[in-house]
Amino acid sequence: MNHFLLAAALILSASAAMACETVTIGDLTVEHAWSKATIGAGRPGVFYVEITNTGSTDDALVGIATPAAGMPMLHETVVQDGIASMPHAMSIPVPAGQSVQLSPGGYHGMLMGLTNALKEGDSFPVTLSFEKAGEVTVNVDVLSLRAEGPDCADAGQ
Amino acid sequence: MLGVGAYRTRNRPARNELLPLPIGEMSWALTDHQGRSVRPKDWAGRPVMVFFGFTWCPDVCPTTLSDISLWLEDLGADANRLIVALISVDPERDTPVVLADYVSNFDPRIIGLTGPAEEVAQAAADFRVTYRRVDKDGGDYTMDHTAGVFLFHPDGRFVSIIDFHEDRRFAVPKIRRTLS
Repeated sequence: MNHFLLAAALILSASAAMACETVTIGDLTVEHAWSKATIGAGRPGVFYVEITNTGSTDDALVGIATPAAGMPMLHETVVQDGIASMPHAMSIPVPAGQSVQLSPGGYHGMLMGLTNALKEGDSFPVTLSFEKAGEVTVNVDVLSLRAEGPDCADAGQ
Repeated sequence: MLGVGAYRTRNRPARNELLPLPIGEMSWALTDHQGRSVRPKDWAGRPVMVFFGFTWCPDVCPTTLSDISLWLEDLGADANRLIVALISVDPERDTPVVLADYVSNFDPRIIGLTGPAEEVAQAAADFRVTYRRVDKDGGDYTMDHTAGVFLFHPDGRFVSIIDFHEDRRFAVPKIRRTLS
């Protein structure tokens, strides 16, 4: 467990609206990273983000890691015949020239085994692992349980 | 597995098996997030909106409750007579106290309902809802469940379902039609 990273993240949380920051790695742009507050640490947290591939080569998100949770996983909410299930996603395609959203009701990171309850206004780092572009770390804003996404001027959603 | 067991009936005449029963013909007995007993007859004469979910659910449930909260804001005081209930499909973890904590994050008109497993199964049967426990590594589990939002007219008749992902522009008028 990297307590230093977590502490650093909490200090960083003093500056607002990091969800609106943009991080790039190679041809990939990662932005609008956010999460929802949880009631206690027993329930899983959630992780949403938007990834844009400006290059000409397909890539894929193959994993996430964070000091905020012992078992972060990629999932997809699937509604079939009106019944919602949440299968594990081995990888999330990020095709060349396209944007992929991990967003409510679709692909999302599920943060099981939270180190602490996620509180609105907190922030924590998540490292995304891409099949080709490698690893990149983003800071994730914790919004309210009711939030539908970060309020960024350029959100484009 | 699955809600097959939830489809047992209590001396109910056979009828359209795909649609929820009218509220007045339902037979569940649940407890709300403030510990009060709630039965279908308590909803007589009121429009009703019901969603099945569970508080350990990270994505579908908070998203749906956020949507419902926005719809209620849009409807304003017109929706004050609307019964809005989240029925837990995970009564093992969702006690009334847990539900109280959870629903406090959303529109205050939303109530949480839970109860003994057999009463939750009865409610699911009455609403024609399916749910299923999915075990995960390490003893944890999640639930698959019907994700639509059910609407009932004040006389108890089932009106329609708002599907998950349905556009708000359609959802709010649908609800408005149940209010009169």
